[in-house]
This record gives sequence, C-alpha cells and structure tokens, in this order.
Amino acid sequence: MKRYYQPEIETAPREEILKIQNEKIVRQVRHVWDSVPYYRHLMEEKGLTPEDIRSVEDIRKLPFLSKADLRDAYPFGLLGTDLKNCVRIQSTSGTTGKRVVAFYTQGDIDLWEDCTARALVAAGATEEDVVQVCYGYGLFTGGAGLHGASHKVGCLTLPMSSGNTERQIQFMMDLGSTIICCTPSYAAYIGETLAEQGYKPEDNKLKAGIFGAEPWTEEMRQSIQKSLGIKAYDIYGLTEISGPGVAFECEEQKGMHINEDHFYVEIIDPDTGEVLPDGSRGELVFTCLDKEAFPLLRYRTRDICVLNRTPCSCGRTHVRMSKPMGRSDDMMIIRGVNVFPSQIEAVLLNEGYAPNYQIVVDRERNTDTFDVYVEMSADQFSDLMGQIQRMEKGLESALRTMLGIGPKVHLVAPKTITRSEGKAVRVIDRRKLHD
Amino acid sequence: MAITQLSLFLMNQPGQLMDAVGAIAKTGSNIRAMSIAEANDFGILRIIVSDTDRVLSALGDRFLISKTQVVAARMDDRSGALFPILDALNQANINIEYMYAFTGAGPEQAYVVLRVNDAQTAEQVLHAQGVATLSDETLAL
Repeated sequence: MKRYYQPEIETAPREEILKIQNEKIVRQVRHVWDSVPYYRHLMEEKGLTPEDIRSVEDIRKLPFLSKADLRDAYPFGLLGTDLKNCVRIQSTSGTTGKRVVAFYTQGDIDLWEDCTARALVAAGATEEDVVQVCYGYGLFTGGAGLHGASHKVGCLTLPMSSGNTERQIQFMMDLGSTIICCTPSYAAYIGETLAEQGYKPEDNKLKAGIFGAEPWTEEMRQSIQKSLGIKAYDIYGLTEISGPGVAFECEEQKGMHINEDHFYVEIIDPDTGEVLPDGSRGELVFTCLDKEAFPLLRYRTRDICVLNRTPCSCGRTHVRMSKPMGRSDDMMIIRGVNVFPSQIEAVLLNEGYAPNYQIVVDRERNTDTFDVYVEMSADQFSDLMGQIQRMEKGLESALRTMLGIGPKVHLVAPKTITRSEGKAVRVIDRRKLHD
Repeated sequence: MAITQLSLFLMNQPGQLMDAVGAIAKTGSNIRAMSIAEANDFGILRIIVSDTDRVLSALGDRFLISKTQVVAARMDDRSGALFPILDALNQANINIEYMYAFTGAGPEQAYVVLRVNDAQTAEQVLHAQGVATLSDETLAL
C-alpha cells in the first residue's frame, strides 16, 4: 500500500525542512510587504522591514494577525495578489462573528489539495478507493478540500455533500464506499442510522474515515470506529490558512502531522503572545510560507494545543500537533471555571451515553445557570421515574468531578437536540444577550 | 400471565401527549388503562393497550418505549376492596413501585395495575387469595 503522497518532503530530514522554511520565509515576507499594505503597516509600527527576517528564527519578531484583523480588513485588505490572479474564494460559517473570506490562486488550490491528498493517502487511500465526501460543498472548505484531494489521489469521488442521510447510506452500500469524509458528529449519526436500519458494521465496505471541522474526543473516535467498522483519522485545518489538511493523522493516530513545508507553526502564550518552548500547552499560530492570494503571517488560530517533535514511527518527519484541547472561542467561563465542551463529551462517552448533548448557559439573579441536555437511548430508558432521575444524578456527579462545577443534567428523547447535519449545536450561551 | 405495559418517554411540553395518543389511535389499538408520571422536564406515559405489538412497531421509531410486565388484579368496585390485595402482597414482601386503577366492563368491577419488583410471585400470591388477574390475551378481546 502506498504510504505517502509526497514521500520526499513528508519524510525529509529535519535540516532539509528547516532549510526550505528559511528560504521560503524570506521570500514570503517580501511578498507580503510588497502586496499587503495592511500587514506592511503592522510591520512598520514595529519598526520592521523585510530585511529583518532572514530565517524562521526571526518570525517571532513579526506582528500577529487575528480574527479581528480579518474583520477589519474584510473583504480585500489582506489580499496578496490582483483579483485577476485569483480563481476561487472559500468562506467560514461566520458562527463566531463576521465571515472570513479567503482567496486562492490556482497555485494556492494546488498546494492545499496536495496537503489534503497527503492526509487521504495517510488514511490508506489509493486509486482503488471510493471516497464518499459528505462534508458540505460550497463556501465551506470541507467539501472542496477533500474533493480535490480525492481527485489528486485518483480515487473514485462521490461528491455527496452533507445531509440526506438516507441517500448517503444508499450510495455507501450500492457503490461500496471505502473511505468516508465528514464531521465526526455526522459520522456518529450515520453509524446510528445504519444500526437503526439493521446494518452491522461489517455490512459496509468502509475501511477508513477522515473526520474534522469540529472538536471530537478519543472516546468518540472509539465509538465511531466501532459503529462503522473503520479506522478513524483526524484532520485539522482552517479556512484562513487554506482549509482541511493543514495537519493530518497517520496510522499511529497519535497527533496530526503539520505540513511544515507550507505552514510554519508556533505555540504561544495566549495572554502574553510569548513563544513557548516545545511541549507547552498554548495557542497555535501559523505562518503561510507559500500562499499567494491570502498570505497570512503569524495567524492566531485560538486553538489550544501541544506540539510533539519526537520522531513518529510512520516515517513522517513533520511535527505533530495534539487534538485542539479547546478553542478559546469555545471555552466558556461558568461561575468562574473554564469549561470546554470536549470535556463534557468525554464524560458522556465514559458513562455510556451517545455524544448527543447541548449545553445551555444563562444567568439568573447574577448567578450562572449551567444545564446539560443529553439524549437517552432506547436501552437506557426505563418505566421507573426514579431510575431516570438516578441516571441524571449520576451524570451530574461525574460531570462535577471532571469540571469542578456541577451542571443540572436533563435526559431527553433521542433526536430532540438541534442537530444540523453539518455542525452540531453544542453550546447556547444566553448570557451574551444581556451584555 | 402478567400483562404487558408500554411506557413512553415524553418531554414535558404541549402537544407531546397528543402526538403519542394520536399515533396510537392510528394503529387502531384501544387504550385500556393509562397513567402519567411527571418530573420537571419529562413525563412517562404508561399504557395498557389492546394490541401491544402493533403499537410498539408503529411508535418505536418515534418514541422511547419500554415494555414492562405488570399485574392487573381484578377487584370489587367497593370500599375496602383494595386493602386485602395490598395486604397479601405486603405479607409476601413484594414491593410496589407504582400502581394505577381503572374500572372494568361491568358496574361492579375495577382493576388495579401494579408495577412490582416480582410480577410472577405477586400473581401467585394474589391467585392464592382468590384474586383474579388479567392476561394480555384477555385484554386483547
């Protein structure tokens, strides 16, 4: 089986990767200085000129970009080339504020699809495979990214887009899909629906899944792997940097290899902006080394991660990032305690519940209320009121142990929690309405 | 001999009970007895229907349903009739989780539905006392 899509660079010695990065950063900073007045001003404010950046060591001198800059510069302020050189835009859902619109030249698309193709091959893809892409198509990078990757690898591509689960299952069974790409919550949903229709995990031909675009836990991986009978691979990316494929998992499933020949990575202290030593937990920051149309330097992702530079047994030499442990956007402060939805999900899976939940935070008489709604399965339901109330209390106590504060748990009927077939609505924070 | 009760999990919201009852009506099955237990967020609708299997297959996809064996004991519809039934169960150390009653076909008869920890023993105890109990077969008539 083909293990790498671009073996030379994916397994290049560290010195060579560093050499490539050093060459590229000098060229890229010059490109941004010449073509993006917005960033040039930020550099000038720090008294920097392109000559100050001679290697990746100097990147830490450069100013950060954040979501606020993307908002200020919307829509064309961070464009690095003439629009006539661009061939596409992609955009974010805009759930955390104003939409991000990213531009791509053909070269940008090619490098993005190369990165995503590396992920697909790492999950075992060859031209023999049938790849069912059920990420949303359109402005969202998920569908476009995996679609392009599947073409590059030469797989038979099923451009399903998200939703219409009946049709997904019909195509999966009739055409013998071997690799599925979607959000982990949709993969879990497809698994549930297959079971409801009486299919066993071995009834489908799937061997692997590439899941990303939302946080998920190791426990959720185990449950998806079991329900679909596959190996589940994580993929990481963001529209601002390109899309899915900025980093991806290999067969070791122990962290995601960052495509460092295209994206330089740093971990910083989210409060001070200081670069942290390897192994520290902090905010992930990317510098695009090749992008022409949307060449972000030192972009703050808000994702909290740890980098792992120890060699990986898969043979890839690129640094690995942990699953994001939370997003500073997602992190809730409830009664003064930091709470990440991923922690709640881990508890639910440990306690034998499906990861179908919704967190509702509100404020009553100056105190935060914290409610977690959890869907119950048919085999958990009992005719005894006391039994259900004991289950609620049990979950409350497990959550209190994990989080340090206790939510009120409400067990609800299956499929009653708002579940968009793309991204699940996990958090409703009504406190924001009062600001 | 015990009879089959269906329990439906319903959210405590307007229209939920109506939906469930409407769906049962469509199956043509008759509700012979019912009770509702309520908590803050949800309720449990417990029903005895004339055709359990049909209701289960029609509603199983849409509602959380569990099947429980319960005892339906026949008693006289008069003051003091329930006491000897409970007394007999108590002497056999059988615990009642919940119960509800309905009056029967004839003017003189009533039934009490008992959810106990051991339905089989409960029936034996009651039969020994001369108390008649219903079966799924008699209910289906």
